[in-house]
Amino acid sequence: MKEMFVILVGSALVNNVVLSQFLGLCPFIGVSKRTETAAGMGAAVIFVMTIASTVASVIYTFILDPLDLEYLQTIVFILVIAALVQLVEMILKKKMKSLYNSLGVYLPLITTNCAVLGVALTSVQKNYNIGQSVINGVGTAVGFMIAIVIMAGIRERIEHNNITKSFQGSPMVLLTAGLMAIAFIGFSGLL
Amino acid sequence: MNKYAERLYNGTIKENPTFVMMLGMCPTLAVTTSATNGLGMGLASSAVLVLSNFLISLLRKVIPDKVRIPAFIVIVASFVTMIQLLIQGYLPSLNASLGIYIPLIVVNCIILGRAEAYAYKNTPLLSAFDGLGMGLGFTAALTILGACRELIGAGTIFDKAIPFLSNFEPMTIMIMAPGAFFMLAILTALQNKFKAPSATNTGSQKSSLACNGNCASCIGSECKENHMAIEKEKEEAEAAEKERKLKAAQEKAKMKQEGSEQ
Repeated sequence: MKEMFVILVGSALVNNVVLSQFLGLCPFIGVSKRTETAAGMGAAVIFVMTIASTVASVIYTFILDPLDLEYLQTIVFILVIAALVQLVEMILKKKMKSLYNSLGVYLPLITTNCAVLGVALTSVQKNYNIGQSVINGVGTAVGFMIAIVIMAGIRERIEHNNITKSFQGSPMVLLTAGLMAIAFIGFSGLL
Repeated sequence: MNKYAERLYNGTIKENPTFVMMLGMCPTLAVTTSATNGLGMGLASSAVLVLSNFLISLLRKVIPDKVRIPAFIVIVASFVTMIQLLIQGYLPSLNASLGIYIPLIVVNCIILGRAEAYAYKNTPLLSAFDGLGMGLGFTAALTILGACRELIGAGTIFDKAIPFLSNFEPMTIMIMAPGAFFMLAILTALQNKFKAPSATNTGSQKSSLACNGNCASCIGSECKENHMAIEKEKEEAEAAEKERKLKAAQEKAKMKQEGSEQ
């Protein structure tokens, strides 16, 4: 139990997926203009990443590992994730209309989100079992949500400030991300 | 200019993937902690780009249009796996420092972007040169960024100490995670300042869409705003149409009334 908690805190805060591993930067910068959309994106990522890391881990443990096909992991994972996102989108559209309306726009964006593939690969690299991989996936996704929602909140405030012309737009966002990354380094003493 | 040389020029300078197009930002920020890492990552990505562009271009008449993206992904992923195994075998130290970012070359948008935008429509040799140009541009950008960060953050370049900088106290933050964001922020700010062509400052105010119609920098995030803008436009158009019909009907009624009066 304690070990699970360490993995959860480690992947959500200490090794934050955006601010210390630089995965999923595109949505982090692109979808963080408003807090509601950022929260929607974060929720969608939590949803997809939990399912994807579970499925990837199951496939690795029961198919790739026993058959000595570990070298196929990159190809298998990316295909599984792409297919999975499509499937989830179709199921949501058919069965859960309300959830689809709130998350649907973000789902296609997640397929190309390198964070999802990154989590699956990290779990394999660190020799996590299925339970640990799922916890790792959830933790990473929660870390993504925390980062993107904070970022959106800051950006809403920045909009009203008077910034030097050449720093307007993405340079200011990147600087903010850098300052947030410094703050997140503070968590490294946690474990 | 020779069309092969033109491809190289296009990739390295005119449409440099990092400095001008702002593509593939994840590896750019993550691995540029030193010039060596930047160079290694750049060369690995270049190899994948050349090979995948060549093969995709060879297969462009065989791959059905509907499943082209999954087909591209499989081809790219196979080459990435090959390169990864080669690096593991021959350059174990580079493998240790790049780690998970080597398999993540698969989701680097430069590679899929070139496959979709160029290799799928052009001849194999031209596509290979296009991949080579883009790859060299990416390698150069990563090496420059890595060298800058290493110089400020550790006082070395390619792990060699700079003699006349012996009194320089390195700012370690630049080789840590926040340094990557600062470096890129300064770079884009300079591009904005000197109005250099880049995805962050071109195409503004040309279009009424929320993203300014700037497809190079669009990552789909503006779609929702665009949908809202388009829907608003539609509603306005519908309202205008209704009003017009109402007016026409009123005028007709008036004409009729006048006619009956006469």
